[in-house]
Amino acid sequence: MAVVATERPFHVLAVDDSLPDRKLIERLLKTSSFQVTTVDSGSKALQFLGIHDDDASTVSVHAHQLDITVNLIITDYCMPGMTGYDLLKKIKESSSLRDIPVVIMSSENIPSRINRCLEEGADEFFLKPVRLSDMSKLKPHILKSRCREHYQQEQQHQQSDSNSNSNDCSNPTNKSSCDSSRKRKAEDNGEILPQKNRPRHS
Amino acid sequence: MDYSNLRRQAASMKKSLFDQGYLDEQFCQVEDLQDEASPNFAEEVVTLFFKDSAKLISNVEQALEKYPKDFNRWDAYMQQLKGSCSSIGASRMKSECMSFRDYCGQGNVEGCMRSFQKVKREHGALRQKLEAYFQLLRQAGQLVLLELPPGPGCKN
Repeated sequence: MAVVATERPFHVLAVDDSLPDRKLIERLLKTSSFQVTTVDSGSKALQFLGIHDDDASTVSVHAHQLDITVNLIITDYCMPGMTGYDLLKKIKESSSLRDIPVVIMSSENIPSRINRCLEEGADEFFLKPVRLSDMSKLKPHILKSRCREHYQQEQQHQQSDSNSNSNDCSNPTNKSSCDSSRKRKAEDNGEILPQKNRPRHS
Repeated sequence: MDYSNLRRQAASMKKSLFDQGYLDEQFCQVEDLQDEASPNFAEEVVTLFFKDSAKLISNVEQALEKYPKDFNRWDAYMQQLKGSCSSIGASRMKSECMSFRDYCGQGNVEGCMRSFQKVKREHGALRQKLEAYFQLLRQAGQLVLLELPPGPGCKN
């Protein structure tokens, strides 16, 4: 898969309590040109993302200390303590994190579980074992979320412009890049297949 | 040292592991993730799997002793083990895990105990066979023995 990196590679935070699974997902992501941080629990994920769940932080570094922007979070569903679903909820409740796309992984094909996650805002659900071909589904979610963020910022700028009755023109560069990324979003939507409930072998 | 002969033996060993159902296609997926930057990846994952699964098996064992007839608990522990088996393509072991979970669902203590013994047997058998397989690969010179320092061309 040839990727021309004209900007920083995307950074994925992978959360899984199983060590072999963590190693696998890390390799899958790196092979697909993502930068990866792995943690073994939901609470460590939140700490890494800069949100203190409870107690003192046991994570030695935080994303902002390493100048890392997490572009996507992929998490196992079944974990002791905080499940992937709990983590998803916490992320969606956080104003600073809620726009980061979240993918849930599970070895159990339970439609009610899948729907619950999607309803809570998960962008994708992968049935384990996760494969290399699943990795191609990640980038569209990152781009979609970026475009959404950009569009929201555009809206805010336009509102404040009209409120203040300013003569400043909206920045033409920003507008055209948002348009082009919206176009790209449409293309990406064309590529995304509705595979969330695809039956898999067990 | 006849490397090509050893490579052939390794390939034939792998084929029989598939033919006998010890491994499934997921194992190929794992091996396919190997490259020059991570030449021992499959063996590393498998090693982690056996470490992890030994712990999970012990969890089930303790649960069987300490929590009689606690099928929900037994099932939850076995679910973890099954997931792990799934990740590396440990097919026969996975089947036994599923059997155990079926017996949990039926509330069948005898069945659980029997199939747990089978899970342990399959675990031991697979470990032996994969150790032999990776050793053969090592002998065949396909594994990088020396750790090379990361260079500028390093992917990661």
